[in-house]
Amino acid sequence: MALKMVKGSIDRMFDKNLQDLVRGIRNHKEDEAKYISQCIDEIKQELKQDNIAVKANAVCKLTYLQMLGYDISWAAFNIIEVMSASKFTFKRIGYLAASQSFHEGTDVIMLTTNQIRKDLSSPSQYDTGVALTGLSCFVTPDLARDLANDIMTLMSHTKPYIRKKAVLIMYKVFLKYPESLRPAFPRLKEKLEDPDPGVQSAAVNVICELARRNPKNYLSLAPLFFKLMTSSTNNWVLIKIIKLFGALTPLEPRLGKKLIEPLTNLIHSVGAGRGAERAVFAVLISLSSGMPNHSASIQVRPARAGASPPLKYLGLLAMSKILKTHPKSVQSHKDLILQCLDDKDESIRLRALDLLYGMVSKKNLMEIVKKLMTHVDKAEGTTYRDELLTKIIDICSQSNYQYITNFEWYISILVELTRLEGTRHGHLIAAQMLDVAIRVKAIRKFAVSQMSSLLDSAHLLASSTQRNGICEVLYAAAWICGEFSEHLQEPHHTLEAMLRPKVTTLPGHIQAVYVQNVVKLYASILQQKEQAGEAEGAQAVTQLMVDRLPQFVQSADLEVQERASCILQLVKHIQKLQAKDVPVAEEVSALFAGELNPVAPKAQKKVPVPEGLDLDAWINEPLSDSESEDERPRAVFHEEEQRRPKHRPSEADEEELARRREARKQEQANNPFYIKSSPSPQKRYQDTPGVEHIPVVQIDLSVPLKVPGLPMSDQYVKLEEERRHQQKLEKDKRRKKRKEKEKKGKRRHGSLPTESDEDIAPAQQVDIVTEEMPENALPSDEDDKDPNDPYRALDIDLDKPLADSEKLPIQKHRNAETSKSPEKEDVPVAEKKSKKPKKKEKKHKEKGRDKEKKKEKEKKAADLDFWLSTTPPPAPAPAPVPSTEEAGVNPVTASKDECEDTKTEAQGEEDGAEGQEQDKKSPKPRKKKHKKEKEERTKGKKSKKQPPGSEEAAGEAAREPVQNGAPEEEPLPPESSYSLLAENSYIKMTCDVRGSLQEDSQVTVAIVLENRSNSVLKGMELSVLDSLNARMARPQGSSVHDGVPVPFQLPPGVSNEAQFVFTIQSVVTAQKLKGTLSFIAKNDEGATQEKLDFRLHFSCSSYLVTTPCYSDAFAKLLESGDLSMSSVKVDGIQLSFQNLLAKICFHHHFSVVERVDSCASMYSRSIQGHHVCLLVKKGENSVSVDGKCSDPTLLSNLLEEMKATLAKC
Amino acid sequence: MIQAILVFNNHGKPRLVRFYQRFPEEIQQQIVRETFHLVLKRDDNICNFLEGGSLIGGSDYKLIYRHYATLYFVFCVDSSESELGILDLIQVHLPVVFFTAPKVFVETLDKCFENVCELDLIFHMDKVHYILQEVVMGGMVLETNMNEIVAQIEAQNRLEKSEGGLSAAPARAVSAVKNINLPEIPRNINIGDLNIKVPNLSQFV
Repeated sequence: MALKMVKGSIDRMFDKNLQDLVRGIRNHKEDEAKYISQCIDEIKQELKQDNIAVKANAVCKLTYLQMLGYDISWAAFNIIEVMSASKFTFKRIGYLAASQSFHEGTDVIMLTTNQIRKDLSSPSQYDTGVALTGLSCFVTPDLARDLANDIMTLMSHTKPYIRKKAVLIMYKVFLKYPESLRPAFPRLKEKLEDPDPGVQSAAVNVICELARRNPKNYLSLAPLFFKLMTSSTNNWVLIKIIKLFGALTPLEPRLGKKLIEPLTNLIHSVGAGRGAERAVFAVLISLSSGMPNHSASIQVRPARAGASPPLKYLGLLAMSKILKTHPKSVQSHKDLILQCLDDKDESIRLRALDLLYGMVSKKNLMEIVKKLMTHVDKAEGTTYRDELLTKIIDICSQSNYQYITNFEWYISILVELTRLEGTRHGHLIAAQMLDVAIRVKAIRKFAVSQMSSLLDSAHLLASSTQRNGICEVLYAAAWICGEFSEHLQEPHHTLEAMLRPKVTTLPGHIQAVYVQNVVKLYASILQQKEQAGEAEGAQAVTQLMVDRLPQFVQSADLEVQERASCILQLVKHIQKLQAKDVPVAEEVSALFAGELNPVAPKAQKKVPVPEGLDLDAWINEPLSDSESEDERPRAVFHEEEQRRPKHRPSEADEEELARRREARKQEQANNPFYIKSSPSPQKRYQDTPGVEHIPVVQIDLSVPLKVPGLPMSDQYVKLEEERRHQQKLEKDKRRKKRKEKEKKGKRRHGSLPTESDEDIAPAQQVDIVTEEMPENALPSDEDDKDPNDPYRALDIDLDKPLADSEKLPIQKHRNAETSKSPEKEDVPVAEKKSKKPKKKEKKHKEKGRDKEKKKEKEKKAADLDFWLSTTPPPAPAPAPVPSTEEAGVNPVTASKDECEDTKTEAQGEEDGAEGQEQDKKSPKPRKKKHKKEKEERTKGKKSKKQPPGSEEAAGEAAREPVQNGAPEEEPLPPESSYSLLAENSYIKMTCDVRGSLQEDSQVTVAIVLENRSNSVLKGMELSVLDSLNARMARPQGSSVHDGVPVPFQLPPGVSNEAQFVFTIQSVVTAQKLKGTLSFIAKNDEGATQEKLDFRLHFSCSSYLVTTPCYSDAFAKLLESGDLSMSSVKVDGIQLSFQNLLAKICFHHHFSVVERVDSCASMYSRSIQGHHVCLLVKKGENSVSVDGKCSDPTLLSNLLEEMKATLAKC
Repeated sequence: MIQAILVFNNHGKPRLVRFYQRFPEEIQQQIVRETFHLVLKRDDNICNFLEGGSLIGGSDYKLIYRHYATLYFVFCVDSSESELGILDLIQVHLPVVFFTAPKVFVETLDKCFENVCELDLIFHMDKVHYILQEVVMGGMVLETNMNEIVAQIEAQNRLEKSEGGLSAAPARAVSAVKNINLPEIPRNINIGDLNIKVPNLSQFV
């Protein structure tokens, strides 16, 4: 053994290490490949040894060879061996090799799962770190699923080094295993506020990356990011956040407004100093945010003028962003942008091109395109030229040819573009030609003449070999000439051009189109000749066809061959008929009767599935196996026989054809599956005026143009200018006349404002036929989404609470992190098996969860609404009576339901205050943070409330007793709002009364005890003097005078909540209970016995429980007549009705049943089942509340309370 | 996300190839070559953004590159990381200390190798990778603070040293011997001579 080790060591000594390998490769420049293959053999030997150091060395060398392009996947298993070495040195080499060479297809990757898990939980942070880094490169869905939970644990590791890596890698895990996103998200959110800046930036990074793809799910995080943005000092994080906001603003316009100020501040603070610096930063911000504010857009121009090329690039980039929002301000820089087209840097030129796309208008289109055309001529390098070409076409064809006023010009531009050599975009030009010719009817004549000259000029054919090359244009040319042959000047000439022998060198698909269209052309020539009575001419044409077609019959392309031979036979047949002097033109033309309508590419997809049609259902039940086998073939045969005669008479006479066509049309009309938005007008056989059905964009008429010869687009530009000038003059005249009529004195000459786009009339009458869509097409944009997009899977609603099934799979039995995690309610990480709730329970739970989900969602929306509302928020729902004597009760239960109906700002306010904390659900940590956050928030609130002119808010703020701690601002779950009960130097008590529907006549009083001293408070006891009406529930066996012990102690600065249950006899009146809290305060000096008196106030509202009610039930209730009525009126109310309702909902636990203008009906129910109905009407300055209730006393007490609340508004 | 980080010299020889998206080795080499040709034909004084390397992705991707002495550092990034380049740029113009991944990467290399040159990258590709791992992880920027990065790298190097390292002293000695180019000598040494050294060697096993 020892000897073996010695031998290993010696071998080891003579192994090459990485440096030797590199040196060797450098020394063998001539036979590098040979040398390397020799090395690989050596490495294979080394990998066979037991010594891990040797293996590691070998793997290290392999990593180098991988970089040089050698496949090292064969060593995957050895890499795993090295990964599992105990020494960090080797481990690191192993993971590096794995990260370079492993991928989803590596089969041994599944062997790594346990090794990685072991490393993740290693005590050495660098082992963990190396594993995380490696994993980030080769994580597979399986690994992600198995390790997600381990990584999540690491997110709360003590070392920030591990935390940041764990946070970052979560993004990779989400991508591979989207199910993990929801359970992990709360913790990720938590990491946004990590004390370590590295971890924070990692969390920001991950969320930004997530939000970039699916921004809407992250809208609720906006307030948090806003806070980060204003507080962060890390520029990297700052830019990321700004970018994130850039993605969010389109979804929430109010956000943009809110951001203007901080962004402007940023620009000024960071770029303080020279103007150029500020400009750069402004560019940067507008770029990232995508919502340039005014100052940013002003700064951009200097930045662009600045000569530094990267700056120019950025300036252009920023401009393209600004263009979307402020097109005007960019258009003024047209000169600069056009200059950039001459830049020697291709990146800058491409950017400038992009910008031009957005800048064109009817007015400047021709000019810009002309400029681009000159660039096309100058451009060297096909990539840029191709880019120019596509841009020209894009610019012209954008939004349905919106900016083209003269289509003749466009066609000639297209024709000019065909003279480009070596372009790859022939098919693009061809598609444009076809599109324009089909959709713009007025242009057909011109287009046909152009196309025929194209067919005629052979220069295109020279370089016809390249696929997608310019010869594609001939495809379009041939088709247009054939289809619209009636417009041809010299059809015979064109026919000959199309039958030239050279044509056979064209690609097959183009030849096929040629063959087909030759016949169309032939048909129309026949027609002409016969009408003119030139029988000989007609025969000559036929002869030409018979002579020339065989060259196509010999084609290698199947399609061409088939068409050609078919047509050749047809023509020969016609020739025979012609010899007998039979008129044939009519019949031949019939072959091509009918017009083609453009159909939108999406049309087929948009056909709605008719109601009651289930496409997945069997039309006939699938045949069962038992059926005898011989029957089936016979049936098929039988059917075929029936069918065949139907198909046979293909040469039926015209009448028959027409009749059948009619019948089919009928059938189609009745067939819901047939796309038939507009009936295609059959030229000859029906004159049904179907044309009206085609949606047509009418553009008014003006002087039609005729350009002699082969038109150059430049001529059009000139002509167009003249035309416009004339138009302008005419208009001027008219205007002058009018003005003279209207105002004799004031005359304005010459200095007319520049023409707006609308003033420019198009040169021709053009009908741009819109593409057909099926009737009642579904207006959905869903088809724009790519179903294969990996980020689609991450489009997950993060606001929903977690379901049990969503928890992450874990391997271990115990999970250390469960106890620590504050969101454990959200992340149920317990083992699945341990939870086997009975079905009923489960159902019940789910119901509850559903409800919660709903509420939660609404709450979130409200949060954001509140946060975004720039108007000063209405009084943040003060406690009913903030003073001590009445402070006993602030009953707010289940206020969430109201927000369902109202979603008012006031409600938003409540939730907003609490919303930021809502991820911290578990009560204990929340209580601890309580005070601090409260203070922070009050500060924040104050500053928010200060906007000038918001007297209301200011007044409210002033009225708020500060020492009261503004109970409504307390960061508690939304179903509670605590009011001050009593306080002294030791302790502060706030409480909340909640009625419960489940237990009749009981209310729960939740009291939050907060230790304000530096002594420990213990032995706390709460004693309340019972009244006849209200009794405290005490532990069994204790007398009425005993206190109820508080089940916890309070260390200094800590707060906690205790709950006490009271039984109420009658809920119709409000009442107060006297009580005392006694406790022992213990500090270093000693212990003292202290007590604090308080008065618990049960208002009538606190007995009400928010219950939703439907309007029909509500109406029934009112009709039933067993409700007594009472009303109250309050004057001097400035509050908006919306806020008013919210207040009533919030403080008195009502829900809105129906709301019409400034009138609303509301409903609530007491814990003893009294119905309370309200009708709230708002007058000019007053509010009247009419109430109906099954108990008159309750009603009058309630109305009194309500009056008190409203009076404070 | 960063799609790839490539370092190659003025002749297109790869010095570091780090893809964060799987490509087969041949394609990787092809991408390196293509990128090299794209970058090479650009002047040093035009902007260091480049759009559309055809292999690595569509229009969403940009190449951001820097040319240091004999080396090109190229980052291929999608639009969410375009700040890398933007910030990089700003650093040139602004006194404000901004972070930039390429720059931090290069400067960290400089610190760790003490005046880094191409040779360092050639012979210590593994170390370069370890440094890169502290800056960028799985295609996302991990750390922006250079001191932190250097501290972590040094801590790991210390750890490696305490373990004896992969290629500690004897291996170097051997490679020195090999460089003298005396292939006969090692074979002539008999076991007896070596035995003296064995105790030392065992620690490297």
